Amino acid sequence: MLQIEDLRVKLGEKIILEHIDMEIGQGETHVLFGPNGSGKTSLLMTIMGYPQYKVVRGRILFKGEDITELPMDERAQMGIGMSYQRPPTINGLKTYQMVEICAREEVDVKDLASRVNFQDFLERDINAGFSGGEIKRSELLQLMAQNPDLMLFDEPESGVDLENIALVGRTIASLLQRDNDHAVKGQKSKMQLKLERTKMGLIITHTGHILDYVTADKGQVLYDGRLSCISNPREILSCIGKDGYEECVRCIAGTS
Amino acid sequence: MHSRDELRQRAEKVREKKATLGPDIDLGQFDDAPVPHEYLADEELCQLPEEEQERLIMAGLDVTEKGRGGTFFQKDTTVIHCDTRQEGVEVLPIRKALEEHDWINEYYWKLVSVDTDKYTAAAELGLHDGYVIRALPGSKSIYPVQACLYVDKDGLQQNVHNIIIAEEDSELHVITGCSTSPHTKSGVHVGVSEFYVKKNAKLSFTMIHNWAEDMLVRPRSVGRVEEGGLFLNNYICMKPVKSLQMYPTTHLVGKDAVARFYTIIVGAPGSEYDVGGRIFLKERGDRAEIVARTISNGARIIARGHLIGEVPEVKAHLECRGLLLNGGVIHAVPELEGRVDGVEMSHEAAVGKIAQEEIQYLMSRGLSEDEATSTIVRGFLSVDIPGLPPQLKAEIDRAIEASDKDVM
Repeated sequence: MLQIEDLRVKLGEKIILEHIDMEIGQGETHVLFGPNGSGKTSLLMTIMGYPQYKVVRGRILFKGEDITELPMDERAQMGIGMSYQRPPTINGLKTYQMVEICAREEVDVKDLASRVNFQDFLERDINAGFSGGEIKRSELLQLMAQNPDLMLFDEPESGVDLENIALVGRTIASLLQRDNDHAVKGQKSKMQLKLERTKMGLIITHTGHILDYVTADKGQVLYDGRLSCISNPREILSCIGKDGYEECVRCIAGTS
Repeated sequence: MHSRDELRQRAEKVREKKATLGPDIDLGQFDDAPVPHEYLADEELCQLPEEEQERLIMAGLDVTEKGRGGTFFQKDTTVIHCDTRQEGVEVLPIRKALEEHDWINEYYWKLVSVDTDKYTAAAELGLHDGYVIRALPGSKSIYPVQACLYVDKDGLQQNVHNIIIAEEDSELHVITGCSTSPHTKSGVHVGVSEFYVKKNAKLSFTMIHNWAEDMLVRPRSVGRVEEGGLFLNNYICMKPVKSLQMYPTTHLVGKDAVARFYTIIVGAPGSEYDVGGRIFLKERGDRAEIVARTISNGARIIARGHLIGEVPEVKAHLECRGLLLNGGVIHAVPELEGRVDGVEMSHEAAVGKIAQEEIQYLMSRGLSEDEATSTIVRGFLSVDIPGLPPQLKAEIDRAIEASDKDVM
C-alpha cells in the first residue's frame, strides 16, 4: 500500500505540491488527470524519490514503512518502479544491459523483449534516437524485468502511434495484473483474481486513451499542485471533456 | 638500397631538436646501453613469474600464445621471443630484417621522417630493435599477432622501430602492448611505427599501454592506406604515465580507402597526455573517422584530432568526448580542414561531468549511486569499433573492466 499524507513539496524555492493526500491500496490502480504544469510528473518523481523534489511537510509510506527520506535506489529495491516520458540516453549502455540491470538476476531478455516487440533494439544504446513509441516500449520492457509492486506511469500513451497503443495498453494491463490473460488462463473467477491482485499503479494521462485497455479503480485530478475530486476515472474524464479543468478549481476552492 | 649512413647523418643533425608538442625530455638522463636478456622458448615463456604474466596479460600479451597468430616479445633492448604460428604471416625483429632482407629498405623510414625530432633521431642512432609484421598477399589471418615491448630496467631509454605491412588483399590483426615490469618506475620509450596497408588489405592495430607512473613515452607513427584498404587503429591507455605525447598520422592515398582511429584514455592524477590523430584524405571515396573518449581523474589531457580533405567526395568525422570525474583538465582540439569543395566533414566535441539525470535514471532502477556512476563510465568507454574481431573487442573490454577500480 502507498500512503501519502499531507505532502508539501518544493522544487528549488517554489512549492509545487501542497496538501497531497493519497492512498493506493494493494492491487489498486489510480489514474491521475490534470492540465500541463499542474504537478503530475512532480508527484511521480517525489514518490520515486528524486532528491530535487524536497518534501518539506508530510510523509510517504510504502508497505507500511516511512520512505520519505529513503534514497531512490532503496525505493526501487522495495518495489517502486517508474515508466518515464523522456528518459535520458546513456551512451554505450546497451538496452539489453539496462534490462539486466532492472532484473537484478538472470533474465531471458530476448523473450521479454519479444512481448513488446523490441528485440531489434536490444543492441542499441538505451534511448539513443528512440521515437516516442519506442521509448514507451523500452520503459515497459524495463518495468517487466524489474517487476515492481508499485508502478508509476508518466503519460504512457503520449507519442505512441495507433498501431502500438494497444500493445502498450495491454502490456500495462498485464503488468498490473489486469489483463484478460490472467482470467482466461487461470481457473479462478474474476472476482477471485481481483482479490488476489497485488500490483499497484499510478498512471498519468491527458487523453484517457489508456483507459480503453487498463481498468482503473480511482481517478484523481491534480490542479495547481493540489489534488481534488477522487472519483470514477471515466466520470472524471467525461467531466473534464465537458467542462474542462475549471470545474476542478471550484472543487478545490470548496474543500480548502 | 637505402643508405643507413645517410639516415644517420640526417638523425645526427636533429639530435637536440625538440618536438613541436609535449614537454621536452632530457634524454641524457636515461641509459640506452643494451641490456642483454636470454631468449625464451615457448615453454619458458609460460614460466615467467606470475606477477610479470599479469602485467603482460593487461597489455594484451598471452604467454600461452593461445589464439595468437604469432608473438614478438622484446624485453628492454633485446628480443626474447619471436615466432609465427600462422601461414601467410611473417614476424621478425627489425634488426634481423635490416641485416637479411633488402625489401625492408622500401619501408624503413619511408613514412616517418628520421629528422622529425630528437626522438626519431634517437630511434635511428640508438636503435635497439622492434618488430616487422607482414601479411603476405591474399593471406587472411584469423588470430591476431601479439607484440609486446617491455621495460624491465629502471631508467632505461628504449628505442624501437616497428613496421607493419598488410600486402594486397590480406587481412591482418595485431595487438600490441607496452608495459613495464612491476618494479620499474621510470624510463623513456621511443617507438617509431610505420604502417603499410596495400590495395584492398585490412589491418587492425590495437595498442594497449600499461606504463609506470614515471614513464615518458614518445611514439611516432605514420600509416599509408592504398585503394580499398582499411586501417583500424585503436589505442587504449588506462594506467598512469608521466608524459605521453603522440600524433599518429595516416595518409589515405588510394580511392575508397578507410581509416578509423579509436582512442580510449583514463588519465590518472599527475599524468599528462597529449594525444591525437591526423588523417589525410587524398582520393575520392576515402573515409576517415577519429573517435576519442577520455576520462580525467586529475590528469591533464589534450585530445587532438585533425582531418584533412584534399579532394571532393570524401567523408570524415571526428568525435571527441571527455569526462571530468575527479578534477584535472581535458582540452579537446578538433580540427577540420577542407581544401576543396565537395568534402563532407564534421565533428562533435563535448567535455563535462556525468549527467545527474543519467545517474538518477539508473538509481530509479535499483542501482546505488556508485554502481550507476561506474555503469555510465563503462558505457562511455565502450566504443563500438566496426570490423574489429570479437577476440580483440574482448581484449579491450578486459582492459576497461580491469581499470574500473582505478577509475572510481
